[in-house]
Amino acid sequence: MRKKIFQYVQSHSDEILNEWIELMRAEADERAFQAMSDHMFTKTSSDFIELVKSNFSDSEEKFQERAVDFSENIVRLGWPLTMITEGLRVFSQIVEQGMQKSNVIDQVSYIDFTAEINNWMFPMYKTITEAYTTSWERTVSLQRIALQELSAPLIPVFDKISVMPLVGTIDTERAKQIMENLLEGVVSHRAEVVLIDITGVPVVDTMVAHHIIQAAEAVRLVGAKCTIVGIRPEIAQTIVNLGINLEEVTTTSTLKKGVEQALAMTSRQIVEVHE
Amino acid sequence: MDSSVKIINEWDIVAARQLGRNVAKELGFGTVDQARITTAISELARNIYLYAGQGEITIEKVENGAKRGMTIISRDEGPGIPDLRKVMEDGFSTSGGLGAGLPGVKRLMDEFSIESTPGEGTLIQSVKWLR
Repeated sequence: MRKKIFQYVQSHSDEILNEWIELMRAEADERAFQAMSDHMFTKTSSDFIELVKSNFSDSEEKFQERAVDFSENIVRLGWPLTMITEGLRVFSQIVEQGMQKSNVIDQVSYIDFTAEINNWMFPMYKTITEAYTTSWERTVSLQRIALQELSAPLIPVFDKISVMPLVGTIDTERAKQIMENLLEGVVSHRAEVVLIDITGVPVVDTMVAHHIIQAAEAVRLVGAKCTIVGIRPEIAQTIVNLGINLEEVTTTSTLKKGVEQALAMTSRQIVEVHE
Repeated sequence: MDSSVKIINEWDIVAARQLGRNVAKELGFGTVDQARITTAISELARNIYLYAGQGEITIEKVENGAKRGMTIISRDEGPGIPDLRKVMEDGFSTSGGLGAGLPGVKRLMDEFSIESTPGEGTLIQSVKWLR
């Protein structure tokens, strides 16, 4: 039976592909394909059918390898997993209908056929979903690492003055890093004034404020001064509404003002040179 | 039209905030009110994450005669709040935080109501009107 199915798939390869593309297009989740050109869709589809066929003709290892390659590709293209499982279902449906129509299977051999095609399909579901989720997980963890890398750098800008620009959302993990980098940096750069720039922080709620206050307090404990810079007008208003007390912390609206203040605190200033 | 975000992990707070910000923008709230609304959502979502473990933030557009605005509904089936008066006091916190969360939300928004049954959960509804 397995042989019969394979022969049928092999000899009707083009027909199956065309029918598959047509059916899948009809079922396709609009969202996923807005970004994909016709050419891309056709190519990925024929790759998919090739992959399914290779499960018949190639060895186990070779199929595994192909499945992993293919999955990585579609993750990159942004195909949803449901498209893949749906694709497999549609494929077996096409084969079944086709084989019935051309009388390769009849009522008696139908049971045989169902058993065989299930035997064939189920491991394939498993392999492809596994490969798909693995590539997904890898992408996510890579992005998490990338995000961590640009998390909270402390940059020495002048002698005794360092700046920590914060961009993006602050969660507990990041708050911890901010504190660590801040204290480590203050000591190693021998900073006397540290400016924390929150221009790029979209929301300052009580948790973020709490972390900032704690960071400022810790900086004070290691003998430096901490100024929060880049407080936008709307952030200032929400901080007041929330009733957060930032009196203990020096603040300025822009990084520029903060730098000027920091220079004044370390008894320096920027002067224009007239020649 | 309404939509909601399930709060299960810390990053869902960001998703809820984003949803709120989009709706606020669509309704024509100014940047200050947008910041107020997103901050309020952030507080409510964080409370769910910290105290209830999981729950849901729902954003709804509302109309009352000529007035238009948006409602933030925070719903969880967590341990509930035993003393409602106390959590509305500034500076009260059971987690070592600033204790400005719920009273802060009340000040950030125009209307605020809270219902909580110990052992059953908490429902907070707050409205911001478009001026």
